[in-house]
Amino acid sequence: MPQLVVKDLSINFGGITALVNVSFQVEKGEIFSIIGPNGAGKTTIFNCINRIYTPHRGTILFQDQDLLRYKPFEVSKLGIARAFQNIALFENMTVLENLLLGRHHRMKSGVMAGGIFWGKAKREELSHRKRVEEIIDFLEIEAYRYQIVKTLPYGIQKRVELARALCMDPFLLLLDEPVSGMNVEETEDTARFILDINEELGTTIVLVEHDMRVVMDVSDRICVLNFGEKIAEGRPQEIRNDPLVIRAYLGK
Amino acid sequence: MINGNFKTNYEDEIKIFQTTFVKFWLVILFVGLIIFPLVADRYFIYLCNLCGIAIIGALGLNILTGYTGQISLGHAGFLAIGGYTSAILSTKLGIPFWLAMPLSGIMAAMAGMIVAIPSLRLKGLYIAITTFAFGFIVDHLIIHWESMTNGPSGITAPRPSLGVFVFDSDKSYYFIIIVMVILATGFARNLFRSRVGRALIAIRDRDIAAEIIGINLTKYKIQAFSISSFYAGIAGSLMAHYFDVITFENFTLMLSIQYLAMIIVGGVGSILGSIYGAIFITLLPELIRLLTDLFRQEYPSLTTRFADLKSVTFGLIIIIFLIFGPKGLYGVWRDIKVYWKNWPFTY
Ligand SMILES: Nc1ncnc2c1ncn2[C@@H]1O[C@H](COP(=O)(O)OP(=O)(O)OP(=O)(O)O)[C@@H](O)[C@H]1O
Ligand SMILES: [Mg+2]
Repeated sequence: MPQLVVKDLSINFGGITALVNVSFQVEKGEIFSIIGPNGAGKTTIFNCINRIYTPHRGTILFQDQDLLRYKPFEVSKLGIARAFQNIALFENMTVLENLLLGRHHRMKSGVMAGGIFWGKAKREELSHRKRVEEIIDFLEIEAYRYQIVKTLPYGIQKRVELARALCMDPFLLLLDEPVSGMNVEETEDTARFILDINEELGTTIVLVEHDMRVVMDVSDRICVLNFGEKIAEGRPQEIRNDPLVIRAYLGK
Repeated sequence: MINGNFKTNYEDEIKIFQTTFVKFWLVILFVGLIIFPLVADRYFIYLCNLCGIAIIGALGLNILTGYTGQISLGHAGFLAIGGYTSAILSTKLGIPFWLAMPLSGIMAAMAGMIVAIPSLRLKGLYIAITTFAFGFIVDHLIIHWESMTNGPSGITAPRPSLGVFVFDSDKSYYFIIIVMVILATGFARNLFRSRVGRALIAIRDRDIAAEIIGINLTKYKIQAFSISSFYAGIAGSLMAHYFDVITFENFTLMLSIQYLAMIIVGGVGSILGSIYGAIFITLLPELIRLLTDLFRQEYPSLTTRFADLKSVTFGLIIIIFLIFGPKGLYGVWRDIKVYWKNWPFTY
């Protein structure tokens, strides 16, 4: 059974048709990429999965559960995490606080426990801090723990956002252009992290990316969108030589 | 990089009072707070009590507006609910202050939840308007529900007592207030270094991202409203049992605006800022009075203009802080601290 099944997804905004009958399946443990020119509808697919948008037609199944029955905040509990195209960190907080927020849905203490901060809440805070530190080590951001996010360079912020998503211990990780705006070195680091996450943590990854080298290097399979329609799907080799894909990218 | 002993490390890190230096000054502060009423003039103790009540109310407003980003123009309404609940419970049902005070907090918190519901789908200015309307509804209720509230003539709540001891002096009431201020400050401080507080800040900064990482916006906005109004309810109750009489005039829109001024002047989204702002705004009229007294010889007309002067200065100070010091007194204080820490290496 595939981990994620997207079937006949359609959505339009006013006159703009953003997605038309898009279907694909992502297997457990796979790195699955979605590519396509600007405005093709890639981010819109993520927004449907996260339930920010409700598609007009179609279904999304995650581990056999109908995602459309859930609210946005519940999707994370099912095990889906996301890093945004435009950095969406809580920029007035420290890196540590951002990462602890990634643990939010796995923690329990409420207002009273937090306000008193004795015993239970404190123990919970410490145990989750431990997991956060593991992720910090994993993504090599030790130096930035206590820094306020908005003071950090762009590339590091991108990595912190990846870290926040990982702190959620997701089964499925949605990455929306994780290397956009990065220099060559940062791009290589990130590509390596994506592979490490996939191999060491066993996380299924859906990747949206414009950088074709990264896409070709890390993906198991690729799906190509153009004007909201799926025009191809296959292994990197197949996609590279697909005439329809070449036309979509070079045709205009 | 990380040594084996995780627990003690992180535990040290999340300690509320980080250094012995801070601890030292806190002890001094604490001793000072206890000695103060024993040596101070009655009028100063009275002012100090007003500051204490304002601190609790300002902390409450900062939790909702400063930390969660929901602008409230109806804070006075929650204080009124707290004050009147406490007064009604103790006069009509004979419930002792020690029970009436928490109950008035709970009553205000429930009102807060109700106000939160229309605010859930709204943002920014619209919430300001909802809460603004709420303030007027409360005023209206107080004036017209005479069987409960005595209408416009106001209501008198008894001073608290413990056995035979009655807290009827400013000095004895001071100790009740100071305990409540410490509890309120400690609770707020803890809240924002743990899960719920972080979620509230996350909602303020980026609500969509907050939702995607699993924060239930509805739940936490309602919680922010109820915590905030619980604080206001407690402050209202403390007012009711301290003042000889409370009327709807104690809880007008002007009071809501004063509370907003406190957190703007003190520092939006800051515990210490709430304290500074509450003290500053509470003492401001006294300061203006002092100044007008000083110049009375030369300009006798000043005294009659006191009320005008008060509101003009008020407006001016808010505007000045909004333009020049958006982080409030707390921000100024922090900048100075950083400056002295680095001095003389200021580059
Ligand atoms: N909330 C919205 N309201 C109106 N139009 C929208 C909305 N969200 C997306 N669209 C439109 O849907 C289309 C697809 O947008 P989407 O953001 O999914 O593109 P994308 O493939 O992620 O592009 P890019 O590579 O530039 O990020 C675009 O034409 C966009 O303008
Ligand atoms: Mg996009």
